[in-house]
Amino acid sequence: MTSVLEVEQLSVRIPTEDGNVHAVQEVSFSVEAGTIFGIVGESGSGKSVLTQAISGLMPFAEITGSARFDGVDLLTMRPEELQSMRGRRIGMIFQDPLSSLHPYYTIGSQITELIHAHERVSPAAAKARTIELLAKVGISDAGTRFSSYPHQFSGGMRQRVMIAMALALNPPLIIADEPTTALDVTVQAQIIELLQEVQQESGATIVMITHDLGLLSTIASDVMVMYAGNRMEIGARAEIFGRPAHPYTAGLLLSSPANYTPGEELVPIPGRPPSLLQPAALCPFLERCESAVDDCRRLPPPVRVYADGGRSACWLEHKAPATERRPATVAARKISRHRAANVLAASVQDVRLTYRTGPLGRRKSVPVLKGIDLEIHRGETLGLVGESGCGKTTLARVIAGLAPVTEGVVTVAGADLQYINRAAWRRMRREVQLVFQDPFGSLNPRRRVGSIIGDPYRIHERLSGAQRRSRVQSLMELVGLNPEHYNRFPSEFSGGQRQRIGIARALALQPELIICDEPVSALDVSIQAQILNLLKSLQQEFGLTYLFISHDLAVVRHICDRIAVMDGGMIIELADADSIYDAPQQEFTRTLLSASMSRPYPISGQPRTLVESLSAPARPDGVQEVA
Amino acid sequence: MIRLVVTRLVFGAVVLIALSIFVFGLFFIAPGDPARALGGDEASAQLLAQIRHSLGLDDPIYVQYLRFIDNALHGNLGFSYHSQESVLTLIGERIPATASLVLGGVVVWLLIGIPVGVASARSPGSARDRLGQGFTLVGLSFPSFVLGMLMLFVLYFLPRQANFTLFPAGGYAPLSEGIGQWARHLVLPWFTLALVNAAIYARLTRGQLLDVLGEDYIRTARAKGISERRVVYKHGLRSTLTAIITQLGSDVAMLLGGAIITEQVFNLQGVGALAITAVTAQDRPVIIGVVLLGGTFVVVANVIVDILYGLLDPRIRLA
Repeated sequence: MTSVLEVEQLSVRIPTEDGNVHAVQEVSFSVEAGTIFGIVGESGSGKSVLTQAISGLMPFAEITGSARFDGVDLLTMRPEELQSMRGRRIGMIFQDPLSSLHPYYTIGSQITELIHAHERVSPAAAKARTIELLAKVGISDAGTRFSSYPHQFSGGMRQRVMIAMALALNPPLIIADEPTTALDVTVQAQIIELLQEVQQESGATIVMITHDLGLLSTIASDVMVMYAGNRMEIGARAEIFGRPAHPYTAGLLLSSPANYTPGEELVPIPGRPPSLLQPAALCPFLERCESAVDDCRRLPPPVRVYADGGRSACWLEHKAPATERRPATVAARKISRHRAANVLAASVQDVRLTYRTGPLGRRKSVPVLKGIDLEIHRGETLGLVGESGCGKTTLARVIAGLAPVTEGVVTVAGADLQYINRAAWRRMRREVQLVFQDPFGSLNPRRRVGSIIGDPYRIHERLSGAQRRSRVQSLMELVGLNPEHYNRFPSEFSGGQRQRIGIARALALQPELIICDEPVSALDVSIQAQILNLLKSLQQEFGLTYLFISHDLAVVRHICDRIAVMDGGMIIELADADSIYDAPQQEFTRTLLSASMSRPYPISGQPRTLVESLSAPARPDGVQEVA
Repeated sequence: MIRLVVTRLVFGAVVLIALSIFVFGLFFIAPGDPARALGGDEASAQLLAQIRHSLGLDDPIYVQYLRFIDNALHGNLGFSYHSQESVLTLIGERIPATASLVLGGVVVWLLIGIPVGVASARSPGSARDRLGQGFTLVGLSFPSFVLGMLMLFVLYFLPRQANFTLFPAGGYAPLSEGIGQWARHLVLPWFTLALVNAAIYARLTRGQLLDVLGEDYIRTARAKGISERRVVYKHGLRSTLTAIITQLGSDVAMLLGGAIITEQVFNLQGVGALAITAVTAQDRPVIIGVVLLGGTFVVVANVIVDILYGLLDPRIRLA
């Protein structure tokens, strides 16, 4: 085996207004030819910065170390040389295919532009090649689609175009940066399949960057785990997933609901990632690590080298202890059911919603909801899953009374929303609250957290300032926020904490129903677990009713009692969570399931053999501070 | 597309009618008496009444307005109280000077503003960027009459003292006198008009381009290995054109209705100068004509901008 890409001691510093961000710190790895190499990490782990730095896409960053590709160090190349490598020798695929293609140019011209940039070919030849490429990545009628614009394609098709573009000149190395993150699960599976196919056919090497460990468990041959700019662990897939050495790797695996019996409490990684403005002198994971020993607090971690070739930056010598997962035979969910028989929190009967769009005179009716029947029982968690555009968020808005229906009956807390007067509407508003997806966009950045959470008290209860304050503070405590942060602004909180703020606000009036619209999909997996646990324990404590909307079946299965599967504006299947998973009745449900549930990787009981420990070289700009 | 243009034009006509009513109403309310202005301070009451009668000013305002509309629909915007010339002719005579000034000025300010903005946006925070930002600040804070005077002093008076004529002091030479003469008369006004606007466009381009260069598709363009120049101009600038054209449409329309200060400083007999004379002399038909001309330009410019949007952005074109 030869390595295509060999990165050594790579550090990237990005100057910002607040100081230098140490985005990548002394990371080394090598990628074997013809394999898929996975880099996994949460947001801010430096995984994207790393690959963009070596391909010359970060001109303002300070980059040290070396990155040998094709026998040459990419970091010593002049910008023009690197430019000629990009596209020709290194192909790239980015996350969001909607924003990654230029909206003003046809997809064909965007691909031929790449060909023309590196080869002298006639426009006709470039076009012919592009059409061939588009056909190869599964775009039907490639000849006509050549002149289509990105907005005329679906998300999955756009990602296929991106892949065609990356493949255009048959580069030996392809960097795929979160290639499936913005896509629906079923489309994700197709794209991964296509990438694997392409890889096998062309023999190219793929470096796949993702936050989704589960994704790598099926396709990557080697995996590197990054955290706060550092390489925590690197090794073969079997080791990383089967017997991780680093507590962080183990923690990541444990945070994913896919690895649990439904209902069981997740073991999240506590705390949040450190600031990158200071290079870590000790292990960057120290503060969140539950296996930390005394040495961890004194010296930077050594690199443990194992007989299987894996390496881990940790004082622990063998497998991370957390992998010995306690046997969870009791499904906590069965106990958690508060479900009072036949008391409905909300119900919808034959609800239809049709939008009219288009220019005057040529109006078209677009049905969004086509006859929905749904009952939400008090005390249960009802999951609503479906792909983007299936109408699940619209249904949530209907139930919340925020969107008028064209036909049908919506009853919330005993009140029919159609015949409701102003005062009753106001009362109804107390009973339904929402928790939104985007914890950054859904909080007004100019208002203090205390007043955001206290809004319901101001609107519905007219409490005095002092009373409001004490209520808000106890709410903050309840959701795991420090009540002293009452006067802070949302920007001073992390994503997970902001989601807690949203939950506290929703909880304030003890509503009959809380609608959670993708409450964890914008969060990192370790934070996701914290929020899911919080939602669950709040439910147990207060007997809350949730309508839980998500595209992530692992999350839904974990938290929900019953699951409704939506497709094309209809609920096509509705059953207990277990029945849906064990015996899906509809073809669509089966597709959705098989696409989304990565089977947990078998845990190996074998200990790992330590062969060598390389103590970390003293870092010139950090160690002194510790002493 | 055609539907859009027609709707816009109909809407524009409504705007113009509203505008004419507004201007008419304003004269009714505002103090001042055109008969007195024509007849002079010594005029007798009888003479004033006679003037009013011959101008139709003694009719009720709505009669005056309807008469005006009737004439306007027949292609007659009335006659100047003073010169008795047709308002259309008067304006028509003035348009070439204003149009030459504005259209040339636009070219100059775009040629300065866009490159300055692009240079700034390409390396934000650099010395080049600061220079560009400094230019913007100076340009924005320079009143154009001061700049005009300054230009005249440096490029006209000083050379004149050295017995050397670089540029004429002012006036307008029609194209029929040769393109050289025409341009020589306009160079100073062009730059005077352009500086402030160049600064505005530099700032606009910088801001827009900075946003666009942070877009994912720019990263894709760089990942393709095309030259940075191409990345910036083909992929980046293309996306900022929508914003630039929006601004340009309204700016050009406004100025075509009379670039008052610049015309005044350089003694260009354009629409702006006509407007000033008309206002001082209370020459109502001319004032109304100039206002409606400006309104028409705004309406037409908006339609053109809408059409350009469609041409620039396939998402609008194909929607």
